Amino acid sequence: MKLDIVITGVGGQGAVLASRVIAQTAMAKGYQVRTSETIGMAQREGPVISHVRIGDDLTGALIPDRGADILLSFELAETARGLSKLKPEGTIIANTAQIFPVSVPLGISSYQTETILAALQRPQGKTILLDASRAALEAGNAKTVNVVLLGVLAGMSGLPFTAEDLLASILKQVPEKVREVNRKAFEIGQRLAEVS
Amino acid sequence: MEQKMLLMGNEAIARGAVEAGIKFAAAYPGTPSSEVFSTLAHFAPECDFYAEWSVNEKVALEVASGAAYAGARAIVSMKQVGLNVASDPLMSLAYIGVKGGLVIVVADDPGPHSSQTEQDTRKFATFAKLPVFDPATPQEAKDMVKAAFELSEQFSLPVFLRPTTRTCHACQDVTLDEIKPMQREYRFDKDPKWVIFPSLSYKKHIWLNEQQLNIAAAFNRSPFNKLSLKGKVGIVACGVAYNYVVEACETLGLDPSMLKIGTPYPLPPEPAVALLEHCERILVVEEQEPVVEDQMIKLAWQRKLPTDIQGKGLIPREGELNVDKVKAVLAKFFAVPDSTVLDSTVSSVAIPPLPLRTPVLCAGCPHRASFLAFKEVGRKQDAVFTGDIGCYTLGNMPPLDMLDTCLCMGAGITQAAGMSKVEPGRKHVAFIGDSTFFHSGISGMINAVYNNADIVIVVLDNRTTAMTGHQPHPGIDRTATGVNPKVLDIAAIARASGVELVLEVDPYDLAATKAAAQQALEFTGPAVVVARRECIAIVKPQPQYNVDRELCIDCEICLKKLGCPAMFKQDDKVIIANSCNGCSLCAQVCPQHAIRGGEVR
Repeated sequence: MKLDIVITGVGGQGAVLASRVIAQTAMAKGYQVRTSETIGMAQREGPVISHVRIGDDLTGALIPDRGADILLSFELAETARGLSKLKPEGTIIANTAQIFPVSVPLGISSYQTETILAALQRPQGKTILLDASRAALEAGNAKTVNVVLLGVLAGMSGLPFTAEDLLASILKQVPEKVREVNRKAFEIGQRLAEVS
Repeated sequence: MEQKMLLMGNEAIARGAVEAGIKFAAAYPGTPSSEVFSTLAHFAPECDFYAEWSVNEKVALEVASGAAYAGARAIVSMKQVGLNVASDPLMSLAYIGVKGGLVIVVADDPGPHSSQTEQDTRKFATFAKLPVFDPATPQEAKDMVKAAFELSEQFSLPVFLRPTTRTCHACQDVTLDEIKPMQREYRFDKDPKWVIFPSLSYKKHIWLNEQQLNIAAAFNRSPFNKLSLKGKVGIVACGVAYNYVVEACETLGLDPSMLKIGTPYPLPPEPAVALLEHCERILVVEEQEPVVEDQMIKLAWQRKLPTDIQGKGLIPREGELNVDKVKAVLAKFFAVPDSTVLDSTVSSVAIPPLPLRTPVLCAGCPHRASFLAFKEVGRKQDAVFTGDIGCYTLGNMPPLDMLDTCLCMGAGITQAAGMSKVEPGRKHVAFIGDSTFFHSGISGMINAVYNNADIVIVVLDNRTTAMTGHQPHPGIDRTATGVNPKVLDIAAIARASGVELVLEVDPYDLAATKAAAQQALEFTGPAVVVARRECIAIVKPQPQYNVDRELCIDCEICLKKLGCPAMFKQDDKVIIANSCNGCSLCAQVCPQHAIRGGEVR
């Protein structure tokens, strides 16, 4: 058993929580786990990347280029930024919602949506794109984008844990007053996975 | 049953310290080290040890050494540049030594991800003549902390633990051991050995030099160094680089002779010489400086061994290593094909052009308003804006473009003062954060008063140490573990230091902040403006602002002036996203009065 997951997004979207709950869930099943996260300056609206490794005999926490089985992304452009980490046959689960960095209205750079979307369609490997930000609002909290996408992830085959295991870890991690909204977000994610 | 827990490297270090029976912990925050101490502070009350956020790293090391003089096991943690601040007590402490174990955790940041330099603390350890442990994983970091306390007490010397970002901010399933309360009497025994006179220094220097050999011999038997002799071509790998070597070897199908080093200084001679005698060629893989490599070369030369030793000629000295970089070097060194490189020519990933996404000041950050006020007032006068270390370093980013310098903690004030002496007539404005002011700004301010430097000091007081995770400081009502009954007032400190113009403003009031900026810039001699408003991350958001489409003429003044991450254009219209924290700055700069607040979320 060896599973490498890369999570990308923008600082503040909850990539750290996502990598921790995946690791917690796998650990409870008796696997070794490693994560590596972006903490510090990049958290201020910068690009963030988390690595999650699950297996029987692990060493380092960093996933090599073209090593990840799954790329889980919370923001459209950040999905493309994480592509070099993904195996050619790996799966993309990504939010289509965009966060425009200040460089775009300032005219320093551009956000080429169509080009990015085209790059995510690869010759091999499954790509699941969905508006997780809208789903999070539907669940009742814009900050649950990460949990919606974990709900989608839970529907993938080949995971060393069940959707129930993953949801239980999430509910254990989040404060009590937001447990219900997170449960709802996860379930919306599960439903979205079924139809995509 | 063995108990395991998912711990971040920094949490694992804290856990190791508690298991080792510490009585004292001190730190100043700095990425990637901060969580070592935040974790310790959390457990201090229930585990019965003292914990403080000190005002800077020099103070942290000194208070911890005081506790260690009295027989306590003490831990101090900081980032690598923090050790520069603490280097004064460090160098003398190596001569004097300690009674209780003293472990100095210094987190290095190759890359760098969040630092001014890529300095290598193993090099500092070599300079100070103090032993250093270099963990590859969170589990090893925890085990090493405990070993470091034992070693510190065995040799009466402070000991370094030097994790890097990839250990500090990595999580692992870590095995927990029992926390046993330390039965020990804490008492400082008076003795001339604690007083560092030159005559004593000479004797202690001889002792310290002898300890180098003794510690190296002790490291011969350390479980953190592992030798495996196989073929005639070998690898030495240190710290996290070992992980990359193991994974690269697996991918390349290599199983070479290997020496894993967890104690890079002083290098244990026995396994090192055994590898040198066994191999014809070796490659030393380590991040940053050739600390292990240099010692290997010295050993080979002294023993007249002909082994070919490679290292920094092939392994980069700058930036971080990873599996891919190491694999490429190993493939060449062992002359084996790198199948993954071949694969990439078949299915290389095409990354489309992506928007530039750099860290920026948060939506609603009060610093944005302070910078804008000084920009609009100071620009006409060709003022120079010196900066410092913290979130506000991001004031350098467009469109504010408000920092002309940034060097190290405290240097904003002192560099402004220096410039003012050689280009009189020009205005110099130094920006410094509240925590940085207490860390090393006060001495610069007093120096400016004493030497009558014509500068303006702007203290961006957001009531926290924001960049590193919102730690308290002497200016707010909390300590690391409880209530701070004596909140220090920055404006009062400035007045007491002899600053004759001290102004206090709320940066969310742009007109008032501009007026204060004007007054301070017109004043001759040192002036202080305290711009006080809580960091948006520690208070509830204000109601969001919205654009009135009837009034907005899409002039984009708000976008172009502020660079607020909550504002963008969609379908050619200015939009305020729900990440708005309601600072009202956009409404204050809008010439059409088209931005309004008040909608409660």
